[in-house]
Amino acid sequence: MATTEENGDAVRDLARLRAREGGFRGWLKRTADSDVWYSFKTSPVAVAASIVSILMLLSAIFAPWIAPTDPFDLAQIDLMDSELPPAWMAQGDPRFILGTDDQGRDILSTILYGSQISLLVGFASVLFSMAIGIPLGLISGYVGGRLDAIIMRIADIQLSFPAILIAFLIDGIARGVLPRDLHDELALYVLVFAIGVSGWVQYARTVRGSTLVEKNKEYVQAARVIGVRRGPILIRHILPNVLGPVLVIATIHLAIAIITEATLSFLGVGVPPTQPSLGTLIRIGYDFLFSGTWWITIMPGVALIVLVLAINLVGDWLRDALNPKLR
Amino acid sequence: MLSFIARRVLQAFVVMAVVSLVSFSLFNFVGDPVNNMVGQEASREDRLQIREELGLNDPIVIQFARFLGNAVQGEFGLSYRIRRPVSELIAERIPATLELVFVSALVALGLGIPFGVYTGIKRGTFASSTVLTVSLVGVSLPTFIIGIGLIYLFAVYLGWLPSSGRRGVEEIGWWRTSFLSIDGWRSIILPALTLSLFQVTMILRLVRAEMLEVMRTDYIKFARARGLSEQKINYGVALRNTLVPVITIVGLNVGGLIAFSVITETVFQWPGTGLMFIQAVDFVDIPIMAAYLCFVALIFVLINLVVDILYFVIDPRLRLSGGR
Repeated sequence: MATTEENGDAVRDLARLRAREGGFRGWLKRTADSDVWYSFKTSPVAVAASIVSILMLLSAIFAPWIAPTDPFDLAQIDLMDSELPPAWMAQGDPRFILGTDDQGRDILSTILYGSQISLLVGFASVLFSMAIGIPLGLISGYVGGRLDAIIMRIADIQLSFPAILIAFLIDGIARGVLPRDLHDELALYVLVFAIGVSGWVQYARTVRGSTLVEKNKEYVQAARVIGVRRGPILIRHILPNVLGPVLVIATIHLAIAIITEATLSFLGVGVPPTQPSLGTLIRIGYDFLFSGTWWITIMPGVALIVLVLAINLVGDWLRDALNPKLR
Repeated sequence: MLSFIARRVLQAFVVMAVVSLVSFSLFNFVGDPVNNMVGQEASREDRLQIREELGLNDPIVIQFARFLGNAVQGEFGLSYRIRRPVSELIAERIPATLELVFVSALVALGLGIPFGVYTGIKRGTFASSTVLTVSLVGVSLPTFIIGIGLIYLFAVYLGWLPSSGRRGVEEIGWWRTSFLSIDGWRSIILPALTLSLFQVTMILRLVRAEMLEVMRTDYIKFARARGLSEQKINYGVALRNTLVPVITIVGLNVGGLIAFSVITETVFQWPGTGLMFIQAVDFVDIPIMAAYLCFVALIFVLINLVVDILYFVIDPRLRLSGGR
């Protein structure tokens, strides 16, 4: 009996080896064969959450083509259409599925354009955090010694403050330093900087931990023996092997970055109303909540919740799937 | 022990030094401080004289030393916008923030611990998995959305509670409290609930995890074998053993409550320090921003210091290894 099992293993190994050879098709086969894909297939929550995430991402990217109207084109806005409720309500207008805001802009369209800004700031902030955190983590783990102690001390100190508070303070200081008339123009960059700086510690710590493990493995020693210099070892050999956990952090960080951006914009120190993100839209609508026109603020709010929840669920699944202890 | 505490205190001083350097630079590099104080029509001589009086012609090190000396006494100059001493403004608004944080912490403990114990004991039942799912959703929601949701439900739709502001304030000396009137309590409920929801979730999950851990230990089995009632085991023995980590986490999170009070205070127009900071950012009111920066950093540094020392006192193993 044991022999057939071994045979089965051997056959599968051979198939894997063969799959390794092919280009795109080989990659596809390997993916379909992998543990991660299996755990994805068997988790309905993960499948649903990633479908929602991808749909929202695509609709944000293609907003100019799929949005019913262009909310920033004054020619398309009619003040007569202002504050119409969603289409399914009594005074609703079928042209505006989710209703209109105080200026007569279609809310579905503003949400589509708004999530574009939210996702843009979110992704850019995550990349910025990575650009600070990953190199610092690699250097800290590989070089060690005093440099490591200093970097990790700074990380510890920053970690003792909540990230959102750091983002508030950096955003506030940056707005103070910049001249007033540049605030709106540079708002996106200020946000990316503030949110990015507030999030680098997680990346640095994780990458440092993995680097400490990887640097003593044989392939790194081999590379060192044949005289590969430090830089190429870090970038070509260690970096690809520490990126797994980074992917998990990045997914969850994306949700946090989007929330932080929305919060700052809601507080009025984020994206200007001329180029509204979801947070700005909620802020604009908030004033009308008390007069009964709830949809102006609730609709973008729901969009934000769905987006963040979907990304969080994907991140949760990814964390479990890539964790070898849970297999 | 002493060297551990000394190192922590030193670190706290370094952090405060960096923070005060940042707030000092804010004063110097953002616009011209003289322009911020006098109008456009002041003559050149007046400006030069004010510069001299403010000591802006002194070497930068002396200016920084003077700034530090004033900051230690809580003096950050006049607010650019309201033209009153910043120390006065902060003193006026601290009671509102502290009362909000206090009530939120109580709500967080009052909801988090019972739910945590319940989900820890009744594992896998429908009710406890519902609580856990709801709490997971709660973590994903941004604070300001929770606030808006609560306002819409309780203030606009049901009309039970006021939607914003701090009403029914009574004065005890200089401390303005909302604890003495029904209106005061009514207006603090929604913001406190909003601020506490995230903490409720965290305490709930922490207590649950600790309960599951404790339930597996030998002394619980022994208590069962001795025939103690379930009630006594759950609340008398198990819960008590989970409380040490819970207390430290709650202590650390008072800082988190203060950070998130910026959001909650803005949503509810609650007249505390957080709202003041956001308004200051909007108007580039540097003295208030600098003061808030130092104030928040000081609170965090103190909390971390106390918690570090507490760990040391509670966990004897740390003492053996001589700290980190």
